[in-house]
Amino acid sequence: MSTVGATGEAARRPFPGRRARLGDVLLQGVAGLAALGAFVLICLIAYKVVDGSRLSLSTFGLGFLRHVGWDPVHNRLGGASFLFGTAATSLGALLLATPLAFGIALYLTELAPRWIRGPVTALVETLAAIPSVVIGLWGVIVLGPVLRDHVMPALHSTLGFIPLLGTPSATGTGIFTATFVLTIMILPIVSSISCELFLGVPAELKEAALGLGATRWEMVRGVVVPYARGGVAAAMILGLGRAVGEAIAVAQVIGGVDNLVSWNLFNGGNTLAGKIALEFQSSTSSLETSSLFYLALILLVFSLVMNVFAQVVVRRVARRQGLVAR
Amino acid sequence: MSAADLGMLQRPNDRLRRRRAVNRGMELLAWLAAAIAVAILGIVVWSVAKRGAGELNLDLLTKPPVPFAIGPVQQGLANAFAGSLVIVGLATAMALPVGILVAIYVNEFAPRPIRLGVGLTLDVLNGIPSIVIGIFVFGLLVVGHGQKGWVGAFALAVLMLPLAARSMIEVLALVPGSLREASLALGVPRWRTTLGIVLPQTVGGVVTGTVLAVARVAGETAPLLFTSSIVGNQTSWNPGHALQSIPVAIFELSEQPDPADHARAWAAAFVLLLFTLFASLSARWLATRSRRKIGRAGR
Repeated sequence: MSTVGATGEAARRPFPGRRARLGDVLLQGVAGLAALGAFVLICLIAYKVVDGSRLSLSTFGLGFLRHVGWDPVHNRLGGASFLFGTAATSLGALLLATPLAFGIALYLTELAPRWIRGPVTALVETLAAIPSVVIGLWGVIVLGPVLRDHVMPALHSTLGFIPLLGTPSATGTGIFTATFVLTIMILPIVSSISCELFLGVPAELKEAALGLGATRWEMVRGVVVPYARGGVAAAMILGLGRAVGEAIAVAQVIGGVDNLVSWNLFNGGNTLAGKIALEFQSSTSSLETSSLFYLALILLVFSLVMNVFAQVVVRRVARRQGLVAR
Repeated sequence: MSAADLGMLQRPNDRLRRRRAVNRGMELLAWLAAAIAVAILGIVVWSVAKRGAGELNLDLLTKPPVPFAIGPVQQGLANAFAGSLVIVGLATAMALPVGILVAIYVNEFAPRPIRLGVGLTLDVLNGIPSIVIGIFVFGLLVVGHGQKGWVGAFALAVLMLPLAARSMIEVLALVPGSLREASLALGVPRWRTTLGIVLPQTVGGVVTGTVLAVARVAGETAPLLFTSSIVGNQTSWNPGHALQSIPVAIFELSEQPDPADHARAWAAAFVLLLFTLFASLSARWLATRSRRKIGRAGR
């Protein structure tokens, strides 16, 4: 990449005539405008979402974040149950997906024979290509009943003393099912970033550990993990961002219960994104629409903070590893 | 030799055995994780195929849905297939040129700090949840004007832009500097070098990037819910009206209680899944091929 930059410097002032210079200025101008447009787009998105939620912001203020319940008839609207649902499903999904992704990355970078590596990597990334509405359809019609009939009763009867695993739901939808669906959806992104990080660990370090007599696992624990730690954190943040923002699949499997904050994971619930997806068309008042914008604003702020944070971490890790800062 | 000495000799062996066992166990867990991921993919694809393939017939593609149908009426989703074609096609036409321009700016003109800034902008744009994009376009273009097919296409284009630009930047960076230098040394101005020499090298990359981006947004439901979903049942190709699309149709059918609706949802999901899987796998294959080719051109 640095060579491209260097030729750029050298060629910035060619000596052909005015027409050539005009063409250069024109292309640079148009291309620059396009790049600027991407930035303006983000500002516009932020402005529109804030603008749309203004009514709700002035009516409810920050109390919106603490109020449980969605009662558009009496104009008593709050986002607390959606915040809870989002936190429960995304953190749960992250908790399930991270060890799995870690194992996949470990297998693909350290253990798998070369001929398996390519196909399995492709398959895991193909998982990310499945449209969320298809996963949601599968989740509500296939996965939900299986969880309801087999997994939930089993968990309840063996580990029912934990309040998280209460009475199984009757429909198969709920926080628990949504967590599973989200796990499937964030698994590819977390594992593919982890793979890249593991591949970035210098071979000398790994060979040195193996040469000292460490087993492969000890080498991973002692060399690979400390080396890739910051990056894995970034991968988790990106996965979390994906889980928090997912609307359709969650809307299909979570059951759409708006006024419940319950520790029983088998109960129905709703998330910020799911609520917007389910309710937007049937919104009755401008205050309700505005409150849905408010939910979107929460999502937007969260995604901006998480993304910038993750990018900064990734870049710092990349620089430390001596990779090209992308 | 006393018993204690023997014990000392024995211990390292025991420890080694334990360490090997731990290593074995961890390797097994890693293998299991990979197997689970592949199995999930297999289960999802298989259950969609099993339920969808049987329902798939030509009527699904050519006949419109009939609401409140009495008796055995052949129902289709022709409106959704037509709408998806129009919306995704329009979205590609909007996002692709802008994406290419952004990539040209980043690779050929921008100084380093701006290059990093644009990269961060694209990443942030890519990280914004699609439902928020939907709400944004609703607030920008739908309020007061109503839903339209091209508005839905615009929402998808916003999602596509960072994907297209990112893949174009990667491909442009692969074009060898020697090509640019050779062209510039012959006195070709910079803009003609970029458009006439550098860009044609990347055609393969543009195609793969586009296919991947199309595969990604063709299955997007959330941005279309607010921008192009309140529709009739007749098949329309006019982006001036709200158009039905496959993902929205699947979403709405999956919320219905009627098993016949579920059956059509599975069939549509099967078509959508076939399309996205085929597109993303062939794009992967094309990507490795064109990367090899561009790399060779430099040598």
